[in-house]
Amino acid sequence: MITLSHYLIVSGLLFALGLAGVVARRNIIIIYMCLEMMLSAANLTLVAFSRFHVLAGLPDYSAQALVFFTITVAAAEVAVGLAIIVALYRSKQSVEVESVTKLQG
Amino acid sequence: MPALLFYLFALITLGFGLMVVLARNPVTSALSLAMSFVGLAALFISLDAFFIGTIQILVYAGAVMVLFLFIIMLLDIKAESDRKTNVAAIVGAIVLGAVLAVQIATVSAAHHQSDLSVNDAALNLVAAGNQMAATKTDLPTISKDLKVGILPDTKLMGLALFQQYGFHLQVMGLLLMVGTVGVVVLSKRDKEVAR
Repeated sequence: MITLSHYLIVSGLLFALGLAGVVARRNIIIIYMCLEMMLSAANLTLVAFSRFHVLAGLPDYSAQALVFFTITVAAAEVAVGLAIIVALYRSKQSVEVESVTKLQG
Repeated sequence: MPALLFYLFALITLGFGLMVVLARNPVTSALSLAMSFVGLAALFISLDAFFIGTIQILVYAGAVMVLFLFIIMLLDIKAESDRKTNVAAIVGAIVLGAVLAVQIATVSAAHHQSDLSVNDAALNLVAAGNQMAATKTDLPTISKDLKVGILPDTKLMGLALFQQYGFHLQVMGLLLMVGTVGVVVLSKRDKEVAR
């Protein structure tokens, strides 16, 4: 029988994978993809709690509205982020995080 | 949903998620992430969130991943060569990920509703429909569907968005507009610098 904790554990593992990717990878685009993965993992948690918190016989739609907003923000964030990456590539000719060390002094 | 399907889609989501982190070629990563999102959308649909599952496919697997692939191919990014593997970062990532996973597993096992299954938290559509039909603000298109036992997921989602979160929705529209303007400004070539 599939319970709430099954969904929470899948979501937690997905978030952990995304976090590991953000820390370990050097390609900025892949770091971005891992960020998207973490956002999606949070969405899975929200949808799971929405389904298991039955309000008057229906799932809790407030949580799903929040997921809708998260997906919208994530889409806007990807568009702006990728524009920044393109601008960065124009000035550094590289998408590795090591190429951006200006603040290290 | 049968337990087997849950495990299948969880495996697709996590397996392709692992591929995103491990793959050397960015195109492989992007396509794996698209597959991972498809598995995640199936999990959403298994939780009766049909609308969210659909926009997960449309927005993430469709629009966002196409944008990622477009940028990867536009910048012509080569596969990472393994000239200097950053051992400290990889070990740190594995430790951090493992600690977080254990933490989440512990917390979710301790949650008071963690052993709730979908059957325990059954939806009562007919009762919800009758309850809605009795109120003054009844929407017949929703309550009729509920009374015959159909979950009108998209209609209920629209009801929540436009009735409860109308202001938030408008703020989101403003955010998208600011984002669009920002992208245009960022990708415009600065004429004075170019000269």
